[in-house]
Amino acid sequence: MYSYKRNEMPIVEVRGVNKVYQQGDIRIFALKDVDITFDSGSFAAIAGPSGSGKTTLLNIVGGLDLPDTGEVIVDGRNFGEMSQGQLAQLRLNRIGFVFQSYNLIPVLSALENVEYVMLLQGVGKSERRERAMAMLEEVGLGDKYNNRPAELSGGQQQRVAVARSIVSDPAIVLADEPTANLDSKTGEGLLRIMAGMNEKRKVTFIFSTHDTMVMDYAHRLVNLRDGRVADDQIK
Amino acid sequence: MEFQLAWRNIWRNPRRTVIIMIAVIIGLWTMISLTALSRGMVNDMIENGIATLTGDIKIYPAGYHDDPSVAYRIGDADQIVSGIKKILPAGTRYARRIKVNAVASNARHSGGVTLAGIDPEMEKGVSFIGNGVADGRMIAETDKNAIVVGQALLEKFDTRIGHKLILMAQGADNEITSRAFQIIGVYRAKLTSTEKQYVFVNLSAARKMLGVGTDISEISISLTSHDEAEPFAREIRELLEDPDIEIYTWKDLLPMLKAYLDIFDGFIVLWFLVVFAAMAFGIINTMLMAVYERMREFGLLKALGMKPSLILRSVLLESGMLLVIGALAGNLLAAGSVAMVAAKGIDLSALATGFEYFGMSSVIYPEIVTKDVVLANAVVVILGLAVSAYPAAKASRITPVEAMAHV
Repeated sequence: MYSYKRNEMPIVEVRGVNKVYQQGDIRIFALKDVDITFDSGSFAAIAGPSGSGKTTLLNIVGGLDLPDTGEVIVDGRNFGEMSQGQLAQLRLNRIGFVFQSYNLIPVLSALENVEYVMLLQGVGKSERRERAMAMLEEVGLGDKYNNRPAELSGGQQQRVAVARSIVSDPAIVLADEPTANLDSKTGEGLLRIMAGMNEKRKVTFIFSTHDTMVMDYAHRLVNLRDGRVADDQIK
Repeated sequence: MEFQLAWRNIWRNPRRTVIIMIAVIIGLWTMISLTALSRGMVNDMIENGIATLTGDIKIYPAGYHDDPSVAYRIGDADQIVSGIKKILPAGTRYARRIKVNAVASNARHSGGVTLAGIDPEMEKGVSFIGNGVADGRMIAETDKNAIVVGQALLEKFDTRIGHKLILMAQGADNEITSRAFQIIGVYRAKLTSTEKQYVFVNLSAARKMLGVGTDISEISISLTSHDEAEPFAREIRELLEDPDIEIYTWKDLLPMLKAYLDIFDGFIVLWFLVVFAAMAFGIINTMLMAVYERMREFGLLKALGMKPSLILRSVLLESGMLLVIGALAGNLLAAGSVAMVAAKGIDLSALATGFEYFGMSSVIYPEIVTKDVVLANAVVVILGLAVSAYPAAKASRITPVEAMAHV
């Protein structure tokens, strides 16, 4: 088992996870006997070629998908023992997501997009507004709060997505190729913001990426190949 | 924020939203306005039926209903009227009549009519003849041989005011009796069949001609509301408890109309469902398109932790907004269009002959009834939400991984 030791409790534990996709008569192992843990406060990248299982692993850690066999424990909760409703509740309160294609709600302003998660959490309107505004200012978009996604650049949209992922005070943020659609300068700006949040808030960040810049920023680099952990480097 | 989001979502594709709203507006407009027209027709049929000497409640001598001959008579009409006046509400009107089948003839023509001996003052507010005549004058209490006929009969008999008309009928002694009357007035009724059927003479002249003394054939009662006929008829039956007297309501006397009324509400529900069925395809199609376009977004919301029930609710909220706005506009359009034609009525004289067969006038006054409006709106909004549940369920059931892969 690969584990990054920082004298922290593991926030993510993946034990003996297998995930198989059936394509016609062919069984494709997206993940094969994966054992890995991530400690609280990690800033880790999962790298590997296309089809190596990065996104599948991230989806399983995020409770978006379930393994065929094996155990996933996030923030002390065993996914195998949870209903879909409980998983949704865990995602809402403890897990943030950042996607490659930003996935903002186009009819909501930047501020409203950030607010939306708190609305689902049942946070009151004034508190929602205050926290969302503070978060937008933290990612450098205080002056764009009223703009809709179509009025923002790709980098700005991804910063809004980061603000949305962090505003609900999650234990872990899962970022699936967050810089893939951004130029290197914008991507680095975004990484700095996320690294700052990791440092300041001690939020665990786990990336899936092809981007060497993300790998450079990460404190730990996990390489996947054909659904297996091929390498785990602690920097 | 939920409402704000739903509102913005429905305007993502304004053309599609406007098209479905137009479908809802037209659907509700046709539902309400055509039902108002139908209600107007039915009301007209009821009013015509009741005003054509039927009344809300009719008191007959036993046997007269099945065989309307002079052999069946009421002898103590004044006593009956003074008795029932005590239980009937203020504003109720009563008319006593002699009514028998007769043959009318002049030098050129002859034909069957219904001879009605009336007290013109008592007919006011009870039957159409109480409204007076169109030409000449109404019969008075002192007229001994005056007769009022309908315009259609006048034309049929090729006669005019001032000319004579001979009436022949069976008298109380079972002998045929006849008498010459002078036409002094001509009435107009909504239906030409009524104008051809009824001729009116003074009550005392009819009594004298038929030899019935002070007897009458019927007491017609006009209530302030047609709906009260049944309960008051029951009370009158209990009060009189006379085997020689029979009490009928307008529904008993107009069985065809009653049968039509009984199925009318069912027809309206059926009509609403047919219109809605056409509308439902548009609603499902629109909502499915709206849902498929935003599948990735629903996946994102689920990834963020939104429960399926909330996604279902958000899609239904959007659908509900579309339906309610469309329904409001449809109601306004229907109210406006009905109000525009209600004052003057809709002249269907081109179809009047066919309409008359059903006891309808040539001018119809549409009437919006609250229960029809409520039902039409309920059908559109509730069933609209029900059919929207399918696309909403599709949106709520998709998994985040499936949704993110959705193009």
